[in-house]
Amino acid sequence: MRNSAFNILRQGLTGNRGWPRTWRDRTPNRRYDVVIVGGGGHGLATAYYLARRHGLRNIAVLEKGHIGGGNVGRNTTVIRSNYLLPPNTQFYEHSMQLWEGLSQELNYNVMFSQRGQIVTAHSEDQLDSFAHRANVMRANGIEAEILDRAQLRRVLPYLDWSDRQRFPIWGAILQRRAGTARHDAVAWGYARAADRLGVDIIENCEVTGIRLEAGRVTGLDTTRGEIAADRVGLTVAGHTTQLCHMAGITDLPIESHVLQAFVTEPVKPLVHHVVAYGADHFYISQSDKGGLVFGGSLDGYNSFASRGNLGIVREVAEAAIALMPCIAPLRLLRHWGGIMDMTPDASPIISRTPVEGLYLNGGWCYGGFKATPASGVCFAHLLATGEDHPLAAGYRLDRFRTGHLIDEAGAGPFAWLQ
Amino acid sequence: MLRIPCPCCGPRDHDEFRYGGDASVPRPAPDDPDPEAWHAYVYRRQNPKGAHREYWQHVLGCRQWLVVERDTVSHRIGSVVMAREWQA
Repeated sequence: MRNSAFNILRQGLTGNRGWPRTWRDRTPNRRYDVVIVGGGGHGLATAYYLARRHGLRNIAVLEKGHIGGGNVGRNTTVIRSNYLLPPNTQFYEHSMQLWEGLSQELNYNVMFSQRGQIVTAHSEDQLDSFAHRANVMRANGIEAEILDRAQLRRVLPYLDWSDRQRFPIWGAILQRRAGTARHDAVAWGYARAADRLGVDIIENCEVTGIRLEAGRVTGLDTTRGEIAADRVGLTVAGHTTQLCHMAGITDLPIESHVLQAFVTEPVKPLVHHVVAYGADHFYISQSDKGGLVFGGSLDGYNSFASRGNLGIVREVAEAAIALMPCIAPLRLLRHWGGIMDMTPDASPIISRTPVEGLYLNGGWCYGGFKATPASGVCFAHLLATGEDHPLAAGYRLDRFRTGHLIDEAGAGPFAWLQ
Repeated sequence: MLRIPCPCCGPRDHDEFRYGGDASVPRPAPDDPDPEAWHAYVYRRQNPKGAHREYWQHVLGCRQWLVVERDTVSHRIGSVVMAREWQA
């Protein structure tokens, strides 16, 4: 049943009893042309574009838990395309353009809200570097604005504009088309749209082994039986290296780290944009329920534990009230952690692997949510054609050997410093 | 918060330390001309889910570099030795 004004009205008048399941509960077949491991945003988007753009029908998405229970439901939902280096600039802008039409394309409201993203600058030099970034963006056809201190003060009057600031605010860079989306709806919308195109979405199905013959993938062992597959795509975020270990690839340029996120008790509308603090690692937006959703740095050491340490809670809270003293009285409602697959250059990997038939989509560090649509498009292209999508040709695994790094963070090969 | 038993200073909170990453990767000799060895040292990681040997420097204490064995799931800390006495 399509989501439409007519159907919403009709269902509303009949007690909302007629809605079908958003996606079907499937038992796995014995064989698929393509199996996607990981039913998060990237995996579901990949399956959707494989079916939609490449006409494949015999596709399964395996999810070890439930749809929406991984990092797609743990992130802070920021969407922006203000990257400095090729191919990131063009890749994330393509993603932004897909976001702009996504609710219509999926017939599912992903609540994409282009409220604008503002990054504050705290010195003349930092504002110069933001002007550089804005010029790179404009040269690529992406809008960007530089605000001086007076202009920014009119937009964000609730920041600390006093003389007490250790790092006074000089201005900001603004991307008006940036914003947020409802992360669960993104997973549900892609799952529903993929399911309608015949993709089997199989939950509670954990991969326990990857079957190889003569250096080629032949199938997967799972908690719901053996599944044969011609091609396997991995979209498992923090557990990328663990899945690759099953295929004998034990030395990927990826480390797993935990990133925490936080939400306060709900308050009336205060933060109308996504605001990032240029003098420290802190970013904040306000959810539709009113909670302030924010995050900061990684915990700083390799971790597979989806829980964080209190030192980072304190650091992030200090950054928060340095920028916005007015939120100091608010109580923290929840905080949680997600496992990030961090690469040495802070850029993702969309690539074939040394094992034939095994393809990798990972290394999204902590910027994967905004990439969901473009990641799905590019990975589906790779799985369907065996060729790199032109937008993602720079994200190959061999860039670390050839030296073609995309060092967006400029932190050196130290994942915990990004 | 982790508590790292420093061989010099006793058990201390981990925010006195600086993390230095995976200690199990052998560093090539400074004059090693093989780019493959340097590529492996700089980029390639096992990333174990479980026991991980890693460098920590006690920057706000004795300033010694240590090799700490820590479980990346439970954060339980096993052996702690001086880095200078450690062979990868």
